[in-house]
Amino acid sequence: MNSIQLIYLIPLLPLIGFLINGLARNVLSKSLVSIIGSGVILASFIISLFIFFEVNNEGFKAQTISYFDFINAGKIKVSFAFQVDQLSTLFLLIITGVGFLIHVYSTSYMHEEESPAFARYFSYLNLFVFSMLILVLGANYLIMFIGWEGVGLCSYLLIGYWFKNTDYNNAAKKAFIMNRIGDLGFLLGIFWMINAFGTVSFHDLFNPENGIITSISAINSPALVGITLLLFVGAIGKSAQIPLYTWLPDAMAGPTPVSALIHAATMVTAGIYMIARSNLMYTLAPTTMMAVAIIGLSTAILAATIALKQNDIKKVLAYSTVSQLGYMFLGLGVGAYTGAVFHVMTHAFFKALLFLGAGSVIHAMGGEQDIRKMGGLSKHMPVTYITFFIGCIAIAGIPPFSGFFSKDEILSGAYAKNPVFYIIGLGGALLTAFYMFRLLAMTFTGKFRGTEEQLHHVHESPSAITIPLSILAFLSIVGGLVGIPEIFVHDGHKLSQFLNPIFSNSNAILAKHEIPHQTEYLLTGVSTLLILITSIWAWNRFKKYQVEAAPQTGFAKVLENKWYVDELYNAIIVRPLKSLSRFLNNIIERSGIDALVNGVGKGVNYGSRQIRLLQSGQVGAYILMMVAGILVLFIIQLFAK
Amino acid sequence: MEIQWYIFLSVALFCIGIIGALTRRNAIIVFMCIELMLNSVNLLLVAFSKMQMKGIAAQYPGLATDAQLFVFFIMVVAAAEVSVGLAIIVMMYRNTHSVDINFLNRLKN
Repeated sequence: MNSIQLIYLIPLLPLIGFLINGLARNVLSKSLVSIIGSGVILASFIISLFIFFEVNNEGFKAQTISYFDFINAGKIKVSFAFQVDQLSTLFLLIITGVGFLIHVYSTSYMHEEESPAFARYFSYLNLFVFSMLILVLGANYLIMFIGWEGVGLCSYLLIGYWFKNTDYNNAAKKAFIMNRIGDLGFLLGIFWMINAFGTVSFHDLFNPENGIITSISAINSPALVGITLLLFVGAIGKSAQIPLYTWLPDAMAGPTPVSALIHAATMVTAGIYMIARSNLMYTLAPTTMMAVAIIGLSTAILAATIALKQNDIKKVLAYSTVSQLGYMFLGLGVGAYTGAVFHVMTHAFFKALLFLGAGSVIHAMGGEQDIRKMGGLSKHMPVTYITFFIGCIAIAGIPPFSGFFSKDEILSGAYAKNPVFYIIGLGGALLTAFYMFRLLAMTFTGKFRGTEEQLHHVHESPSAITIPLSILAFLSIVGGLVGIPEIFVHDGHKLSQFLNPIFSNSNAILAKHEIPHQTEYLLTGVSTLLILITSIWAWNRFKKYQVEAAPQTGFAKVLENKWYVDELYNAIIVRPLKSLSRFLNNIIERSGIDALVNGVGKGVNYGSRQIRLLQSGQVGAYILMMVAGILVLFIIQLFAK
Repeated sequence: MEIQWYIFLSVALFCIGIIGALTRRNAIIVFMCIELMLNSVNLLLVAFSKMQMKGIAAQYPGLATDAQLFVFFIMVVAAAEVSVGLAIIVMMYRNTHSVDINFLNRLKN
């Protein structure tokens, strides 16, 4: 009981770290900044562990710890409260755990920065972790929204961390604006929820005993579909799904650890967390579920095809992140909530690992990100190579690494819903295996294709980088063992049992029709076999990669240019908006509003110059006017009756 | 006599006063016209008072003569005003050697 009372410390410590590092950035030395920045996250992680053990006990019931009234207006009461249950605890562990490793990694990766900039970087990171923890801990949608906005802000600040570069600033603005579009949907969803149910608290809405949503039996009521769709728009923005995904690849402008922490492991999973949190609402709105599944699936495929032809090491990983997020949404959409949350967890491990590995490579190459100019790095950086290799196997979904279990669970959930989903999803998984092994082969095998100077500079990274890599690699190997499917080990899915209180109501409503065990063996076997073949094929094909002189043609060119989606958005949204603004500025503003305002001024000026002549100084004229006035009043009086 | 004769007379006096005040430029004549207007109103007051007295004198003996008392007040105030006004005209003549009101148009513009 005691450790749960300490929960306020979990977000508070990173906030303190942010304040110290942010305010004293000109005074503190780099080592002190590193210790404060990483230390607060470590402390949060330790408290989270204690809370996890508390929550993992038999007979634990979800708790809402309320601190003060946040909004108290009329019938609406929103308290500043934290939600302690299985779902939030799991996310606490992911955020603080992976976050801590990335902080440690950053101390080495960012070491060449100036001291104040170094402290600024760490203060942003701490602020980000604070916002993310608020998002996850919030006991109602409004507190969640505070964190939701906070992570958006931190994402903007960190993408534009090197703010002297205009391109990076543009990328930061793009991320912020895309997120705002989604946030508007989320906010409208909250408003509608207040209007329909009069509360935004998770406890009031989803409580198994007397929750408002729990007592609703109508399926697909208009209010529920509307609210869930609007909330999903928020998730689309934050988690980079079609049509708002274009900000995530551009967000790679930020420092690599930031990409690992924010744009792979934690922030982008906020949308998944939110939908998993509202699972009951989504379950009661099958229309929205279908939309979620379709958007997730199409994002997974689209991003995977783009990743096939990218040559920037971080861009490949960025599109792979978008694609994996699409899988998570597919999982949510077909009702495999546990699978989606499971994939969030394993994805956090292996994607953070891959990004940090990529950072290590970029560091060694002196800032080079083009994989066409790499190659043969396995000799020079063995630890990075091995860990990256593990990450690739994990994301490709080869057993028994973590990605296999989570992806398999999502795919079998998709099969249970609709075999077409399964086939398309499997196609996406094959694409994933292909581009990941292409990336691995081009980076680490074959001949070195960079300059002599770079070859001389290549070295294994220091231990502050390799130790987090090793830990994440270990987690990527064993992380999947908490969710072994029923067909292999009876009672093996520990995660499912752990999360059961959160999803039990939804699972009862969905009443999944179980797939026969034979079919499941077959599906798993086929997908594993196909993924293995694809991986080996990609590996062999790109092992001896030589730079191709001929430019890409046809379909490959379309893929290399990311399906021209950015150009499309430019043509249908940005350019019409610009010409509309130009029209409003030149025509409406200049000759409309300006003319009106100036016209009033000129009219008054002219009129007073004319009226001034009436003051002639002739007393007789004044009296005449007075009499005329009185007469007019009389006449009005006479005719008014 | 019928009340309307009194009304006609005082309206006529009032109009003569207004037209005089508007058209004449000699300050003394303007002043006289203003007095004419004042007295036309006085006349009207007395006439209405007399008319009302017929109806209510029996019930409210004090009330019926109120308007006539007002007339005396107006006369007294008018007398005071005349003295001030004439003094102003005298000062005006001393300063400008003229009693033409249009001569004093320094308020212009």
